[in-house]
Amino acid sequence: MRKNIIVAVAAAALATGAIGPGAYAQSKLKVGFVYLGPVGDFGWTYQHEVGRQHVVKELGSKVETTYLENVNEGPDSERAIEQLARSGHKLIFTTSFGYMDPTIKVAKKYPNVFFEHNTGYKRDKNVATYSARFYEGRHVQGRIAAKMSKSGVLGYIGSFPIPEVVSGINSTILGAQSVNPDIKVKIIWVNSWFDPGKEADAAKALLDQGADVIMQHTDSPAAMQIAEARHAHAFGQDSDMIKFGPQAQLTAIVNNWGPYYVERVQAVLDNKWTSGDVWGGLKSKMLLMAPYTNMPDDVKKLAMETEAAIADGTLHPFKCPVVDQEGKTVECKGGTHLDDGQILGMNFYVKGIDDKFPGK
Amino acid sequence: MRLVLERRAERSTVAAIASPLIAIALTLVTMTLLFTLLGKNPFAALWVYFIDPLTDAYSLQEIAVKATPLVMIALGLSLCYLANVWNIGAEGQFLIGAVAGSWLAVKTNGTDAGHWVLPAMLVLGALGGALYALVPAICKVKFGASEILTSLMLVYVADFFLDYLVRGPWRDPKGYNFPTTPDFDPVATVPVLIEGSRLHAGALIALILVIAAMILLGRTIKGFEIKVVGSAPRAARFAGFNADQLTILTFLISGALAGLAGIIEVAGPVGNLRPNISPGYGFTAIIVAFLGRLNPVGILIAGLFLALTFIGGEQAQISMRIPLDLTKVFQGILLFYVLACDSLVLYRIRLMP
Amino acid sequence: MGLAEAIILAVLAASTPLLLAASGELVVERAGVLNLGVEGMMIMGAACAFAGAYLTGSTLVGALCGIAAGAALSAIFALLTLGLAVNQVATGLALTILGIGLSGLIGAGFVGEKIVPAPQLQLPVLSDLPFIGRILFGQDAFVYLSLALIAGIWWFIYRTRWGLVLRAVGDNPASAHALGYPVLTIRTFAVLFGGACAGLGGAYLPLAYTPFFIPGMTAGRGWIALALVVFASWLPGRLVAGAYLFGAVTILQLHAQGAGFGIPSQLMSSLPYLATIVVLVVISRARGTARSAAPASLGLVFVPDR
Repeated sequence: MRKNIIVAVAAAALATGAIGPGAYAQSKLKVGFVYLGPVGDFGWTYQHEVGRQHVVKELGSKVETTYLENVNEGPDSERAIEQLARSGHKLIFTTSFGYMDPTIKVAKKYPNVFFEHNTGYKRDKNVATYSARFYEGRHVQGRIAAKMSKSGVLGYIGSFPIPEVVSGINSTILGAQSVNPDIKVKIIWVNSWFDPGKEADAAKALLDQGADVIMQHTDSPAAMQIAEARHAHAFGQDSDMIKFGPQAQLTAIVNNWGPYYVERVQAVLDNKWTSGDVWGGLKSKMLLMAPYTNMPDDVKKLAMETEAAIADGTLHPFKCPVVDQEGKTVECKGGTHLDDGQILGMNFYVKGIDDKFPGK
Repeated sequence: MRLVLERRAERSTVAAIASPLIAIALTLVTMTLLFTLLGKNPFAALWVYFIDPLTDAYSLQEIAVKATPLVMIALGLSLCYLANVWNIGAEGQFLIGAVAGSWLAVKTNGTDAGHWVLPAMLVLGALGGALYALVPAICKVKFGASEILTSLMLVYVADFFLDYLVRGPWRDPKGYNFPTTPDFDPVATVPVLIEGSRLHAGALIALILVIAAMILLGRTIKGFEIKVVGSAPRAARFAGFNADQLTILTFLISGALAGLAGIIEVAGPVGNLRPNISPGYGFTAIIVAFLGRLNPVGILIAGLFLALTFIGGEQAQISMRIPLDLTKVFQGILLFYVLACDSLVLYRIRLMP
Repeated sequence: MGLAEAIILAVLAASTPLLLAASGELVVERAGVLNLGVEGMMIMGAACAFAGAYLTGSTLVGALCGIAAGAALSAIFALLTLGLAVNQVATGLALTILGIGLSGLIGAGFVGEKIVPAPQLQLPVLSDLPFIGRILFGQDAFVYLSLALIAGIWWFIYRTRWGLVLRAVGDNPASAHALGYPVLTIRTFAVLFGGACAGLGGAYLPLAYTPFFIPGMTAGRGWIALALVVFASWLPGRLVAGAYLFGAVTILQLHAQGAGFGIPSQLMSSLPYLATIVVLVVISRARGTARSAAPASLGLVFVPDR
């Protein structure tokens, strides 16, 4: 009788592939990545891919990675995430805000799979969130821009007026104002994360209207190329765009997901993974500044000092008092600086920005 | 020596049956070639594309979920195309239907509204889509403007309008300024048919609509009028069938169906209103309509088949690293072959000296 | 450089791909064929042009590749709609989907690379003239080509015999056929020409506008080109005006934002499309005058009987 049960269980196990050749292959941890764009976009997705390759390099013998690119943010993304969960992936990184709800939904169905959602705010027992303090890099850029701008007008290409972008703009201006209190900025919203044609047009329009340093919160190198062609300056975004702007690029904010990914994969391997929220900045090297180029030495020195000060905490981009466009002083919830919650939900412009805040 | 097309005296039944089969065979051959060119094992790839998704319950449910909006929209489009009315704007009608129905969801969000909300949303969705479709219809009937272009231009307008709503007035105040409405309450959500899956009541509605379309086209006078006005406009005129009225009617119906598909998709799989609720359903549905030869049952099969290729394509990306673009190539090629083979039903090819 | 001059330069660049693609489609539609696959042909033109330019280092080779890609795709269209009498709308849409998919496959390996953009004209004295110098004498070859092309098309349609035949084929293929003209052959040439132009229009984007390739970089310009042809009532002169108008709306919308105007950007982005609908309605009402009518047989299948 017992023998029959053992045989039956063994047969069932074989049938479901729980033991046998499949099981031995499962000793490698399967990690999945869901990308919004193509890996070659030289921007957002590219940096995540660099991160994934870092994982393969560091932990190659213990993990097997899969990635899906060009995953639409709509209902299809839920299926893509679920397909990864169903096919044995134990840790899945979803690398765009729009995957937030699908990630949560799939996570509820697969409590034994761990999910890491990028730039979102919804968490669960098996869903963690992670992002980078882009605004820290922006502050450094703001100071550089104010130093390098001869016209005193900066050009900003925005994607969508969400807090992440808005805090970037504000941080830039606050940094610039510390060098030149009368700095001005022109902002154009292209309503897309990635539209090279429109970004190029926006860059041209900003330059034509008197800006001479271009910043962007969009993902293609189009604006950098326009800046290069017009002998202006610009900052790269997501990746080091020096290739597209050898004379134009001052620096770039480079997303550095690799070490974080390795850390999280290792946590799963060690059975120590827990949910949480990681918002890393310059200190934890979640974002890096590309080498400072095309600027005089004193500007470079200022940039490096600013970067170091933010990294060790002596300088906070949103140090109080922060005054908004209407002249009101924003409540200082973090003691000496705005707290994380205020930055995450930022929906106002600081004083010194003349454009009307979109949606108000 | 040249090839000449000669109209047959009557439709060839042999060709009518053989043509989809030949088309599929030709497509498979072409795909095998493409897979080989990409360095992938063609048979493994074809298996992953077509057979694998049929082997487990999850994929089958996902196929149904994906096919639901396609079939609904395509049914409406088929009525238009049968009447020689070229509605290319189903995508826009889908979006406006989603917006119209979502208005109620947003208005009653957080309140203690009863179960009347969802049916009301569906009605609003259908109404919204229908009214939006009325614009190109009237432009054609009253002014003679090409409905292809007017309906197409309205797709862009609908897209921007949706974008504006979710970024502005309807944005979730607790959503950190991200462009989505608040999540819909349970009374505003399409119920799921099977616990734990995404298969929702919309699939049943789609099936009912297939049957309704069969009845309309096969058994009613209006259905007959629609078919005649498209295939024999002069005869229709003599018979007193009003082409203008049928233009408006078919646009209204297809707009309503597209709008219904829109609100069902939003209140079902998506769960709130946001900018990218449609991966091009309105355009893919046009392919479904043609693949299904403008016939309700054909559309059901074609919709399921195309959904199968989407699911299979995603699976192929995971397991064989085949780029998703190949699915588009496949769909384009399939449609080409089906259209080409179909022409043999009406025409024969002759070699002429 | 003054703001007005800068805006005009930007508009010129933005309008050129539209003008190129729409010019070709105008000829196609004048012959009575409706090819909705312009977006697919444009993006294929972009992908192949970038590949060609990247691999050989020559803008010219890139442009030729783009033209060839567009023409090849349109050849499929011609085979189906003219050779097999298949429905034009369905075939055009299939062409768009196929083009987008194929371009993604072809272009995938080139994303992230960059090429040297097409050179701009530099005439010794003329290019340096204030204001008009760069506008008239400082453009790249595509801009001049696009204007020469539409001028050539105008001359062909209205001043040559074959242009007259083309129009006849578009308005009344049965009569043209009865008169002994090879309707299908003429239409085939028109379709191939349209494909070549669409491919060239698409090629402009990675060769001159933003010198790298991204999947989907045409971003709907093919559909705008289709609208343009109707907007222009199938008249070459109006096509130029329309193309620059559309380009202007796109550019001005961005400038308005930069200057601080508070109009919702989505409303401004919808303007070209709303404008097209309005124009469509207006010109269709004026059907009485022969000048503003669509080619009578546009989109209808024609099989020559014997």
